[in-house]
Amino acid sequence: MKILKDLKYTKEHEWIRIEGEIAFIGITDFAQEHLGDIVFVELPETEEEFVEGDSFAVVDSVKATSDVYMPLDCEIVAVNEELIDAPELINEDPYENWLVKVKLTDEEQIESLLNAKEYEEFCAEEE
Amino acid sequence: MREQKKLIFEMSTPGRVGFSLPEDDFTGIEVSSYLNSDYLRQEEPNLPEVSEVDVVRHFTTLSSRNFGVDSGFYPLGSCTMKYNPKVNEDVARYSGFALAHPFQPQETVQGNLKLIHWMDQMLQEITGMDRFTLQPAAGAHGELTGLMIIKAFHRNNGDTERIEVIVPDSAHGTNPASAAMIGFKTVEIPSNARGLVDLEALKNTVSEKTAALMLTNPNTLGLFENEILEMAEVVHKAGGLLYYDGANANAILGKARPGDMGFDVLHLNLHKTFATPHGGGGPGSGPVGVKTELIPFLPVPVIEKLDDRYYMDVERPLSIGKVKNCYGNFGVVVKAFAYILAMGAEGLRLTSEDAVLNANYLKEILKEYYELPYDQVCKHEFVLSGSKQKKQGASTLDIAKRLIDYKYHPPTIYFPLIVKEAIMIEPTETEGKETLDAFAETMVKIAKEVEQNPDTVTDAPLTTAVGRLDEVTAARTPILKWQPED
Amino acid sequence: MFPYLPHTHEERQELMERIGISSIDELFNDIPESIRIKNNLNLNHPYSEMEIKKICKNLSEMNITTEDYTCFLGAGYYDHYIPSVIDHMLLRSEFYTAYTPYQAERSQGYLQAIFEYQTMICELTGMDVSNASMYDSATATAEAGFMTLAITRKRNTVLISKTVHPHVRQVVKTYFNSADYNLVEIEMTDGMTDLADLKAKLNDDVAGVICQYPNFFGIIEDMSAIGDQVHANDSLLVMQADPISLGMLADPGTLGADLTTGEGQALGNPMGFGGPTFGFLACKQKYTRNMPGRIVGQTVDHEGNRGFVLTLQAREQHIRRHRASSNICSNQALNALAALIYLSLLGKRGLSQVAVDSFKKAHYLFERINQIPGFKAKYGGPFFREFVVQTEHDVDVVLQSLLEHKILGGYALGEDYPELTDSFMIAVTEKRTKEELDQFIQVLEGVK
Repeated sequence: MKILKDLKYTKEHEWIRIEGEIAFIGITDFAQEHLGDIVFVELPETEEEFVEGDSFAVVDSVKATSDVYMPLDCEIVAVNEELIDAPELINEDPYENWLVKVKLTDEEQIESLLNAKEYEEFCAEEE
Repeated sequence: MREQKKLIFEMSTPGRVGFSLPEDDFTGIEVSSYLNSDYLRQEEPNLPEVSEVDVVRHFTTLSSRNFGVDSGFYPLGSCTMKYNPKVNEDVARYSGFALAHPFQPQETVQGNLKLIHWMDQMLQEITGMDRFTLQPAAGAHGELTGLMIIKAFHRNNGDTERIEVIVPDSAHGTNPASAAMIGFKTVEIPSNARGLVDLEALKNTVSEKTAALMLTNPNTLGLFENEILEMAEVVHKAGGLLYYDGANANAILGKARPGDMGFDVLHLNLHKTFATPHGGGGPGSGPVGVKTELIPFLPVPVIEKLDDRYYMDVERPLSIGKVKNCYGNFGVVVKAFAYILAMGAEGLRLTSEDAVLNANYLKEILKEYYELPYDQVCKHEFVLSGSKQKKQGASTLDIAKRLIDYKYHPPTIYFPLIVKEAIMIEPTETEGKETLDAFAETMVKIAKEVEQNPDTVTDAPLTTAVGRLDEVTAARTPILKWQPED
Repeated sequence: MFPYLPHTHEERQELMERIGISSIDELFNDIPESIRIKNNLNLNHPYSEMEIKKICKNLSEMNITTEDYTCFLGAGYYDHYIPSVIDHMLLRSEFYTAYTPYQAERSQGYLQAIFEYQTMICELTGMDVSNASMYDSATATAEAGFMTLAITRKRNTVLISKTVHPHVRQVVKTYFNSADYNLVEIEMTDGMTDLADLKAKLNDDVAGVICQYPNFFGIIEDMSAIGDQVHANDSLLVMQADPISLGMLADPGTLGADLTTGEGQALGNPMGFGGPTFGFLACKQKYTRNMPGRIVGQTVDHEGNRGFVLTLQAREQHIRRHRASSNICSNQALNALAALIYLSLLGKRGLSQVAVDSFKKAHYLFERINQIPGFKAKYGGPFFREFVVQTEHDVDVVLQSLLEHKILGGYALGEDYPELTDSFMIAVTEKRTKEELDQFIQVLEGVK
């Protein structure tokens, strides 16, 4: 299972790449592997606002569906439209294929996210 | 074994017809003198051109690629795939039932209104409820109707803050979906170690926001919620109502009644408990029964009787309104009515006794070969886990597919969600000992196959028209209709 | 004697022995004592098959049927001819005693049939995607209304024309009322949707507009004009269409419908006192993921053989649970199968011939009734096979005299439209003969 060093993580298996007040959010390798072949992704609209813990996207496999939860308070800047027609990209490379690009509204929340090492330990417990 | 079957469109030959119509006596009338071409279809719909023989052969072949209760044992848990008596098909086709127009004057359909009224009374006696509507078309439709009634009841009491519907984590998917459809919020409560609702958790969950608790009893594990009276008290004290999902009513006919357990609203699935055929996914029928205080909210029309005349009462100001055209799936109701006549009180009690007996019998045999997470007396069904087999190299899905090779319809799999690799078996009362024994033997044989050579199981089915199908491609790039090749 | 219960007394004993119990009651001990039924229910004693037939026959014979009476009643349920082949095929028990085709490999027959059904519904409606069927037209239309809310997001109102079937409007209203959404009716003028009122009621909270085609009164409204207004407001047009009429009339897709629903009874299903029949629901491609209910898709097995599966299941209740687009699971598969067989038999020529024959016969009757003193056409709009007649006589008296001549004469409109107490609606299908039409006219001529 792949975990990238320079990303932040959550216990809901989202990853966050932070670039100043902008962040990219996707689901982790652990998540895509447990979901299996992803067949559909439902994404929010740009300019939609979310607070930490909201469900902002839905990822479907053939026999399961999962919410993706917002790790931070933010506003959607862009969604990865490519995934609408090619959801399998998430299976192929979950870290390259982000779901949403957001503008953070409370940067202090970054503190509470997991780093790569903490996330790795968490996954080991989950297995 | 594998053999591609043409689609009806691929059998089309220009000029062939499968119909005949009387000669035209109205040659003097032209469509074009009434409608200009803007109103008309520019191109004929691309329907097939086939003869009557082509149609009969086509659908006969398709039927041979399908499997029903008449084809063999069908232990599909939670679906109650009992035998569908043939006399019911005959009587439902009587012309007074099948060939009556729904909007005929009420004087001309007294037989149908009488049957509906009679059925209502019989269902009241069976369930302990005070009044039924036969309008809902299916179980899920019944749930929706029941929840609409609950919502209307709270609203009428000024209780608009009651927006939460509590469901156990073992519930059918329709329960939360029905609740969500009309804006209720679902609150899930966990099952305890015995597979039953955790009474303490329920106590901690109810509040002034509670609209209802939805419960299947026996639950989807096939276990009777023996603390039901305490649960009812907890919910009622909090001002909520109890909804009974009748999917599993085949376990308790003549043994106990939801009305006596404290339920306020329920639906029955006539296509499960009362032996009407499932039709390959419908039509079903999902009558909803209520206690007295909820009768004013039932959908209109309610069939009433005055002296010797039956009539449709629509003057009911608190009614939620209509939930379906006309009076429900009336033809299905006729079949269930005939079934109740055939069984009577004694037969219905024996039905549940035999259904429960058969389930416990199979459970006792199979628990030696498959994990049984909740090892206690079950009702009409039980849930095994294929976890042991999964570790040996074959999943529950593989086991199900292997059963097809042995000419069985597989049980329900991967449900309820709280059991890993779930295998949910409901034999029903219409199966004899030799059928149960043969099925058990096959299940044991498959368990041994998994132990010795899982590949024979993971490659299944080998005997069907097609092998395992690629569901991922089907979902990623959907092809949902036939299109002519260019 | 219970022919559906195979166990003998001895066999029950054997089963109990294997379980390790001595009495069947031991299996029911978990039911609290206080609610256990001590005696039998207060129901009938078991009846034999011949007695059941007798009881049912007696009830059946208390009704008048469209077999013995000539039917000019319509209002959504029509007396079209049903070819013999259909019931013979429906009685093949591999179809009717099956459950939903969850085990695809052993359900290819039904799955292929649904795929063919979906194709035909798309052909008739001009839509891209059809589901496997709904309970009936009313619930299909209600769900289509919900779809427009889900698709447009953040809009909470749907408009519905008063020319939509009153019962369908009532059902949609029940759904919307329970879910706390707004449903607003559009007024009508001369039996058609009032375009000015539509325009006045369109605003940025309107997700969808529901119209009927041909409408409840049989009139073929100018759907393109409605569609233009609806789309200019970024709302969706839901058309509830009559499937037989689509054998000759322009299809909803061409006219601008985004979603099409309809009542499927006329396609090979007996009227059966109103059910079971089925509803259809179809949409444009881009709304596929918002469709409720089952959908069958084509795929291949590992050897490359074509096969069919239930697909896009993550939309559905058994997976999506409280987030599902609808709670529907059972549909009306067997009734949809009847429609498929009907459309297969009729084919492209037969369906249009049934439509045209019905049209011609309806217009013959219409012209003749218009000449009878005391009767006249209520509306001027073009119609398909059903039309409204206004009379100087009491409508009940007219219908009663027809009934005395063994004619189910039509649908009195006063109850649903208080302004139309002097009018009734007549439906004519291809089954009506010239003699039957002339007799109808004769009776009207004799009404005092």
